[in-house]
Amino acid sequence: MTDAAVAFNPLAGRPPLLNVADLEAWYGESHVLHGVAFDVRPGEVVTLLGRNGAGKTTTLRAIMGIIQKRRGSVRFRDLETIKAPTRVIARSGIALCPEERAIFSSLSVQENLMLPPTIAPGGLSLDRIFALFPNLKERLGTPGTKLSGGEQQMLAIARILRTGAKFLLLDEPTEGLAPVIVQQIGNAIAALKREGFTVLLVEQNFRFASSVADRHFVVEQGKVIDVIPNEQIGTSSAKLQAYLGV
Amino acid sequence: MAELIGIPAQAIFGQLLLGLINGSFYAMLSVGLAVIFGLLNITNFAHGAQYMLGAFVSWMLLHYLGIGYWWALLLAPIIVAVLGILIERLLISHLSGLDHLYGFLLTFGVALIIQGLLRNLYPVSSLPYSIPQALTGGQNLGFMFLPNYRGWVIIASLTMCIATWVIIEKTNLGAYLRAANENPTMLGAFGVDVPRLVTLTYGFGVALAAFAGVLAAPIYSVSPNMGADLIVVVFAVVVIGGMGSIIGAIVTGFSLGLIEGFAKVFYPQGSSVVIFVIMAIVLLIKPAGLFGRTV
Amino acid sequence: MAINIDAMNRMDEPSREILGLSRTHLTAFVVLLLVAAVAPFFVYPVFLMKVMCFALFACAFNLLLGFGRLLSFGHAAYFGSASYISAHAAKVWGLTPELSILAGVFVAAILGAVIGALAVRRQGIYFAMVTLAFAQMVYFFALQAPFTGGEDGIQSVPRGDLFGVVSLTSDFSLYWVVLAITFFGLFAIHRIVFSPFGQVLKAIRENEARAMSLGHRVNLYKVSVFVMSAALSGLAGATKAQVFQVATLSDVHWSMSGEVVLMTLLGGMGTLFGPVAGAAAIISMQSFLAPFGAWLTVIHGVIFVVAVLMFREGIVGVLNKRLKLSL
Repeated sequence: MTDAAVAFNPLAGRPPLLNVADLEAWYGESHVLHGVAFDVRPGEVVTLLGRNGAGKTTTLRAIMGIIQKRRGSVRFRDLETIKAPTRVIARSGIALCPEERAIFSSLSVQENLMLPPTIAPGGLSLDRIFALFPNLKERLGTPGTKLSGGEQQMLAIARILRTGAKFLLLDEPTEGLAPVIVQQIGNAIAALKREGFTVLLVEQNFRFASSVADRHFVVEQGKVIDVIPNEQIGTSSAKLQAYLGV
Repeated sequence: MAELIGIPAQAIFGQLLLGLINGSFYAMLSVGLAVIFGLLNITNFAHGAQYMLGAFVSWMLLHYLGIGYWWALLLAPIIVAVLGILIERLLISHLSGLDHLYGFLLTFGVALIIQGLLRNLYPVSSLPYSIPQALTGGQNLGFMFLPNYRGWVIIASLTMCIATWVIIEKTNLGAYLRAANENPTMLGAFGVDVPRLVTLTYGFGVALAAFAGVLAAPIYSVSPNMGADLIVVVFAVVVIGGMGSIIGAIVTGFSLGLIEGFAKVFYPQGSSVVIFVIMAIVLLIKPAGLFGRTV
Repeated sequence: MAINIDAMNRMDEPSREILGLSRTHLTAFVVLLLVAAVAPFFVYPVFLMKVMCFALFACAFNLLLGFGRLLSFGHAAYFGSASYISAHAAKVWGLTPELSILAGVFVAAILGAVIGALAVRRQGIYFAMVTLAFAQMVYFFALQAPFTGGEDGIQSVPRGDLFGVVSLTSDFSLYWVVLAITFFGLFAIHRIVFSPFGQVLKAIRENEARAMSLGHRVNLYKVSVFVMSAALSGLAGATKAQVFQVATLSDVHWSMSGEVVLMTLLGGMGTLFGPVAGAAAIISMQSFLAPFGAWLTVIHGVIFVVAVLMFREGIVGVLNKRLKLSL
């Protein structure tokens, strides 16, 4: 991280909630992450920006332990998780909202919502969740397959809010969604931040990212190549366009 | 007395009853296979042997410990399920990620071991187990005579099958099972202990088989081979109905039992083959099976 | 999905061929032939003939499993039905041994065509269950049909004269005939595997959807290899009936189907010579452990479990890996 980045970060003094260093990962024989390094402070919203195939989703999956072949260091709350199984990582307080949303089609909305077990106190109550995502309340009995893209996304986020996990990994939550829903999700993330959640966001849409995040890490070819504090997003747009190939 | 093609009604209803009894066992065993297949994605060839163990354990409970039928209904499934859990933990779990035909081969080996052991320990062809006192006798229904025990078998199996369906479709535990069936990785990412879920599911399926075995003990002879012949027929039932749905397994099991019973009225020798013939017909007309998802 | 044999060797790379055989395979065949030629002077010919019959049976089975990637759990139907027909032909119709055997092969092939055509309509585990169910039908038929002799089977099958000329009453003279039949069968399997037909089968095995999009009639190929496998299994069964002069229910029982799977698994699924090793191992073990009678089932089960958990490549598979061969 550059000195400039540190100086502008109001949370710079607090110890990181998540510290990733030298993270490498493989899909079979294919070496996908080549030493990812970044950190996330408590209460921050941080994004991983980058092109398709840069390794952003892979980073989230490696943090979550879903990719078994990984090396390096992932410290969550100062505990090393690089060798831990997914289940243990989840129970330590991290929750994933995957890119494909992974709504269980053989379960109803209500069952999907109530499925993830409570792993710590402090999860949002159902009332709070419905306040953030009113559409879900009307669709409780609907089977998971019959939801629209936006509703699925809201459900995928909503169900991990109940559990008490305070560190959320959101993978491209706005992909393919209408602007009105994107707005709703942006508001929800802002509200979650106010409630003390920490969010690691993967996004290709850097306009959305800048509306919610404090810092942005640029990922390219399996490495973090730059960090941009949110205040500098406006002045860095040329640089960003080069990175993202937009 | 009514007759159908020269066969008295009582004989027909008698055979239909027997068919319904057989169907009860086809249904219970298919449901057990379906539950195990749904989550573990293996076809439990040892299912027949575990059914046989249920019958044997009830016999042993009575013979060595004086523990009777009603306790056996509870204890035998638990005992055999514990064995099943051991099998899953020690053997089957190592096959996750491999082609599911290896699971078939492994459980076939387990079936051989269980059957061979029991055949050595009890070399007689069958052991007697009497109908519990409370269920002896029968009801005269006018058009036929219904032995109490057989009526009990039908009710008990129907209850177990429907209870299984309720657990899977309507409870939280069932939601976990259905979710694990669909996307075990994601479920693990929520912090759920999926391997333990898998083990318990196998144990439950095995318990179902053993429960059927206890029900079978008083009416079919308790012998080490009782499961082997039955499991092949149950496989045919499962090819017809598919292993993807509990309701499908229940309906197919009972229906095929009835059809088999009906066929026995007119052609006693060919009856054990009727189900295989129906399987052939289903393969020609609707290869994917009546209820299941296509494999 | 059909079986993914992680022991699949690169057995389809013939290099520097002689007679269509790679150098390795030709050497293997010659060595086996030499061993088989010398063996009857040291070991009981009847035992050796039993090994050869089952080696052929297992190789025929492996053609379906290793090449077609189709696990049939009812191959006893073809082995046993051919055994019955061959026995009946020799005993009741008075046919000479080679005609009796051919009759058995013919019936096994027909059975294979019928069952195969129905079974390929399902895949993976359902395919296996269908084959098992149909084999059980064959078993029930054998149990009840008058000509099979029910529980007793067909006994006292005469040895007859080969081509009406050469007497096969002595085990020693029969041995050479069985040797010829077995090697013919193994060679035929080798040729099938390395033929254009075999190449298409390989394509289907590796990516069925792609093969279909290339225009191959996948089910036709599957049924064809099924029939070949059934016919060759029938050849083994019919020959076995001539050797032991009996045909019994155990020839069509599901435990026989299980045994051939075990031999193939133990020897090495997807290898050419694996099943030979597996058959030799299992038959030898059965002879040694004959006094233990009923424990044999348990031992078979244990071998199954151990083989699936720890030894999936099989004897020849492991050999291939160590010696970098493709037997």
